[in-house]
Amino acid sequence: MITFSAVAKRYRNGREALGNVNLHVAPGEMVFLTGRSGAGKSTVLKLIALLERPTRGQVIVGGENTGKLAARRIPAFRRRVGVVFQDHRLLGDRPVFDNVALPLIVAGSALKEIDKRVRAALDQVGLLGHERQLPAELSVGEQQRVGIARAIVSRPPLLIADEPTGNLDPQLAGEVMELFRRLNEVGVTIMVATHDLHLVRQSGLREIVLDNGRVAGGDDSLELPVIAAHR
Amino acid sequence: MSWLLRHLQSLLASAGHLARAPIATTFTVLVMGLALALPLGLDVLVRNVRSATGDFSGAIGISVYLKTNVSESRAQQLLRSVRERLGVRTATLITATEALGQFRKQSGFGAALDALEDNPLPHVLAITPDAASADPAAVENLRRFLQSWPEVETVQLDGDWVARFNAILALLRRLLLLAAGLLGLGVIAVVGNTIRLEIQNRRAEIEVTKLVGGTNAFVRRPFLYTGALYGLLGGLCAFLVVAVALWLLAPFVTRLAQTYGSQFALHGPGMRDLGILLGGGTLLGWVGAWMAAGRHLARIEPGT
Repeated sequence: MITFSAVAKRYRNGREALGNVNLHVAPGEMVFLTGRSGAGKSTVLKLIALLERPTRGQVIVGGENTGKLAARRIPAFRRRVGVVFQDHRLLGDRPVFDNVALPLIVAGSALKEIDKRVRAALDQVGLLGHERQLPAELSVGEQQRVGIARAIVSRPPLLIADEPTGNLDPQLAGEVMELFRRLNEVGVTIMVATHDLHLVRQSGLREIVLDNGRVAGGDDSLELPVIAAHR
Repeated sequence: MSWLLRHLQSLLASAGHLARAPIATTFTVLVMGLALALPLGLDVLVRNVRSATGDFSGAIGISVYLKTNVSESRAQQLLRSVRERLGVRTATLITATEALGQFRKQSGFGAALDALEDNPLPHVLAITPDAASADPAAVENLRRFLQSWPEVETVQLDGDWVARFNAILALLRRLLLLAAGLLGLGVIAVVGNTIRLEIQNRRAEIEVTKLVGGTNAFVRRPFLYTGALYGLLGGLCAFLVVAVALWLLAPFVTRLAQTYGSQFALHGPGMRDLGILLGGGTLLGWVGAWMAAGRHLARIEPGT
């Protein structure tokens, strides 16, 4: 589902966020992406969601080479990737329903379909009945779950999450992880960036460790000689 | 059907946005309305002046003074050939005898005239051009034609002022087009700037929308509708401004006209003007929004 081969990313300000990253995530897999702040976790996620393009190397997501995708095809690509942010990025002036419905509205779904799917997504995150509330009227944990509902409402085959539990207490964090596990069980490929190592160990799932813009452990492709050859 | 529904939703959402900021919306609409009211007001003015002064062709007269040695029967022949010419509405002959009679009656020099042996006055052809030939160029053509006759001593145009007046009206109309063009650009700029601010205010929303797969067209749509709505309301505002201004002026104009014994009354802007204003305003607003959205939306990308 996700393949990085010899990916480097240098931002316009000259900062090299990724040096030479190789990694592979199989369809239906759920993996963690860990590492210290600044190790390149966010950059990896941005490359997957096509918020950025690689400077070198190839990023292939769902069979698409993101470096070569024409600009006009980016919206359609993004609809197949659900993204959850640490700061959830909800629209404060719109009720929960509108926030969750946004991916369906931009895709031009029929109103009936939107209604049905938004309720289904809210049901999955345990927030059915909160449709008319504004995000500010919800707790932080609930806001995060609204963000997750928005990411899954169009049933994307791939879900990526950037520190989804960063602002949550251990119990809420556990609930969110449990939610991801359930989504994964129905076939969604999931990548979660986190530095909550306790959560990672508890899950027993594969962990890809980033260190200073390179994969430091947890990926099979590590054995490829290209890694060793660099620097 | 769902396509239509989506556009309708977008339109309603834009209208909602405008309604939620009534003061800002009012000021923008007012600025646009006043800008559009100026050319409309000028147009209504020109039209009223034209209808007040009516058909000026009757006021243009051409007096053709024949040489004194031309006989009355020759003058009659000339009159017939003038009448046959295109562009001539009426032509009459004032014979030397008639002219002398009038002069005698009106001047009071009767006794002095009796002392003259011969009638010193020539025969005169009085010509008025028809409406189609009342413009300065056609009148000048006619004058030259008449002047070329050997029997003609001199041709005199009465009513040069009509030609000048028509020229002034033509100038006013040109000015009106110029003003309409410039103020139209002004309206585009006002809408463009308003939309630019709106885009900045809704940056977060635009980013999230693009993030979940919203196309540029989808993101642009509400701003285009907002611009078009501004234009529509601005056009309506302009129409009301001009209509109210005329309503305030009407009694004074009527009073003035009565002192001239005229039945003239002001004509306000009509349904056709309203249609042009609403359509033109909407188009200008749309264009302004389109230009601003094209420039600023492309720069907003999520995550950067």
